[in-house]
Amino acid sequence: MPFAVECRDLRKTYDGKVQAVRGLSLGIGAGECFGLLGPNGAGKTTTIEILEGLLQPTSGEVTILGRTWQENPRELREWLGISLQETRLSEKLMVRETIELFASFYRQPSSADEVLRELQLAEKADAWVGKLSGGQRQRLAVATALVGNPKVLFLDEPTTGLDPQSRRQLWDIIRGFQRKGGTVLLTTHYMDEAERLCDRLAIVDHGQIIAEGTPSDLIARLGGHHVVEFEVSGNSTRDGAMDHWRELPGVEAVRHDDGLVSLTVREPHLTIPALLAAVEQLGRVLQHLTTRQASLEDVFVRLTGRHLRED
Amino acid sequence: MMNIGQTTPQMGEIPTRLAPPANGRWTGFTHLVMARLKELKREPEVIFWVFVFPLLLALGLGIAFRKKPADVISIAIVNGPRAQQALDLLQRSAQKSAIHPNLLSQAQAARGFRLGKYDLVVEVRDGNTIHYLFDPSRPESLLAKAQVDDALQTAAGRQNPLPTSTAISSEPGSRYIDFLIPGLIGMNVMNAAMWGIGFAIVEMRQRKLLKRLVATPMRRSDFLAALASSRLLLMITEVALLLGFGVLVFHMRVVGSLLTILLIGAVGALGFAGIGLLTASRAQKIESVSGLINVVMMPMWIFSGVFFSYERFPTVIQPLIKILPLTALNDALRASILEGSPFAAQTGRLLVLVIWGGVSFGFALKWFRWT
Ligand SMILES: Nc1ncnc2c1ncn2[C@@H]1O[C@H](COP(=O)(O)OP(=O)(O)OP(=O)(O)O)[C@@H](O)[C@H]1O
Ligand SMILES: [Mg+2]
Repeated sequence: MPFAVECRDLRKTYDGKVQAVRGLSLGIGAGECFGLLGPNGAGKTTTIEILEGLLQPTSGEVTILGRTWQENPRELREWLGISLQETRLSEKLMVRETIELFASFYRQPSSADEVLRELQLAEKADAWVGKLSGGQRQRLAVATALVGNPKVLFLDEPTTGLDPQSRRQLWDIIRGFQRKGGTVLLTTHYMDEAERLCDRLAIVDHGQIIAEGTPSDLIARLGGHHVVEFEVSGNSTRDGAMDHWRELPGVEAVRHDDGLVSLTVREPHLTIPALLAAVEQLGRVLQHLTTRQASLEDVFVRLTGRHLRED
Repeated sequence: MMNIGQTTPQMGEIPTRLAPPANGRWTGFTHLVMARLKELKREPEVIFWVFVFPLLLALGLGIAFRKKPADVISIAIVNGPRAQQALDLLQRSAQKSAIHPNLLSQAQAARGFRLGKYDLVVEVRDGNTIHYLFDPSRPESLLAKAQVDDALQTAAGRQNPLPTSTAISSEPGSRYIDFLIPGLIGMNVMNAAMWGIGFAIVEMRQRKLLKRLVATPMRRSDFLAALASSRLLLMITEVALLLGFGVLVFHMRVVGSLLTILLIGAVGALGFAGIGLLTASRAQKIESVSGLINVVMMPMWIFSGVFFSYERFPTVIQPLIKILPLTALNDALRASILEGSPFAAQTGRLLVLVIWGGVSFGFALKWFRWT
């Protein structure tokens, strides 16, 4: 498969001290939506800005659509649409003026009206940017990325801080771009966003990719698709209780968090009866029991021992 | 991907979507200039500081320093046995309308003189000796002493060995306001270029807008040229406004051609734009660039002859003053506006501006950070 975006062994050390990216390689196929998922400070922004040619890597190579930043910067700029993690566009310009300004830099841009309509900003076309809501600003940021008719879209946390409805609107826009053959790289903190939007994703932590694949691949790699969470009276984790849980049939992994025990299981219908019997045998009382589908969050916690979002 | 073929409307369909415009070489540049001008126009503070404030300053200073109808010298005469003699002499003198004597006790006279109420204290002592108390460091005191002495001596019968004749000049062109307006234009060109370029760039850098812009195919040189061009357009308005104000309100006479004045203004604006760019090349925060801009401009406010002539500073530092860019700009503007000196005669001063601007621009390009 020819990669639209490819990088090999990227490294970035800020000021000779902070190792933000440590040997990161990835390849994004043409027409793919690829997600970089990771906690704060994982190195997502650093990685994406290196790919965007805005940051010089300490070492490593970047190829986009077969071109490099050293040799074909102008051409690449024409082909990329970018939205940075935080940009404050000029507040005293109108939405339409802002889009037209960005359009004016490209050889063959889309018409401003079309982009306004696509991003549902038509009714705000004549409003000052300073008067927009947070969600409208994010959409405007994406509009400035789309107006140049890009082949590849780089979005750094495009939906952070948006309400669920605005997030879904942006997902639709990103899917629409993909349907027209575009390639997308986005970063996010949101598991559900990565699961629904991305064809493939990489989980980044401490500047390295710790897992990569399709969302369902990654979840399957947990060993089980289900999570059983419960709490029992007394201490559910002491007195060798953890060993009891681990030995239950069908359990792939055990984790505990503040008295709450989570079991990653392959077949809940075998595990749960055995769990109930074990609780009774130990003379404990079950205080809480839920089962759910495993998510990327579980993958992340499994891999790093930490939660992706602390809030 | 969109292409022209896809945008052709189907039969019976309303063509809502126009063919995408193909942008030319200068489309980005023009949009950048327009965007900049629109932003400035929508910022009330900018309108005030750039356009209204200099006019208020000119108005205030022009009124404060306008020529008084006739300068009256106020003097104290110490009350004593022979004081009346002095009063009589003054009464008889030709300058009697220009000298206003006050008869006071010794203590009152000394106190009034200290406070600056009187320019001179006159005391007629024994043997008809006239005793003057004056302060040579106060020009008006010096003047009063000369005038009063002259009046008294002449009235007492002194004959002048040489005949003299005089003419009075308070023609437009030699008043304070005539000196002031070109200085204000120069200062305004400097302020506006330093803030309009230096501050604006750092503000955009802090907002990550610079980074966002260089992530597009925008030519970086277009961006800088657009900033400079919008400055030039504003400069023309500012010069026209200040000169028009001087002409209409203070009946100022503009001797040089408007074109020459604008060309000088343009060289000044570009020179300061280069310096502004240099101050903005690295700073990440608007606070740091504000400090830097003030530090750069402060010496020029003081030394470059905006409000008063720099000739008053010691001769040793005159060469230093003359190589300041604002001094060169002010001198060139004054020569052109007040004396009608042609553009070609300003080469030396313009060269000072070009060198400052050019060298700054060179370093700015070397150090400049877009992110
Ligand atoms: N300009 C910089 N100078 C020094 N260190 C930096 C700089 N930018 C980022 N870092 C550090 O590099 C690391 C990675 O930062 P980065 O912004 O890439 O993380 P991120 O994954 O995008 O985080 P977030 O989810 O919070 O946006 C962090 O530890 C950060 O403190
Ligand atoms: Mg980030």
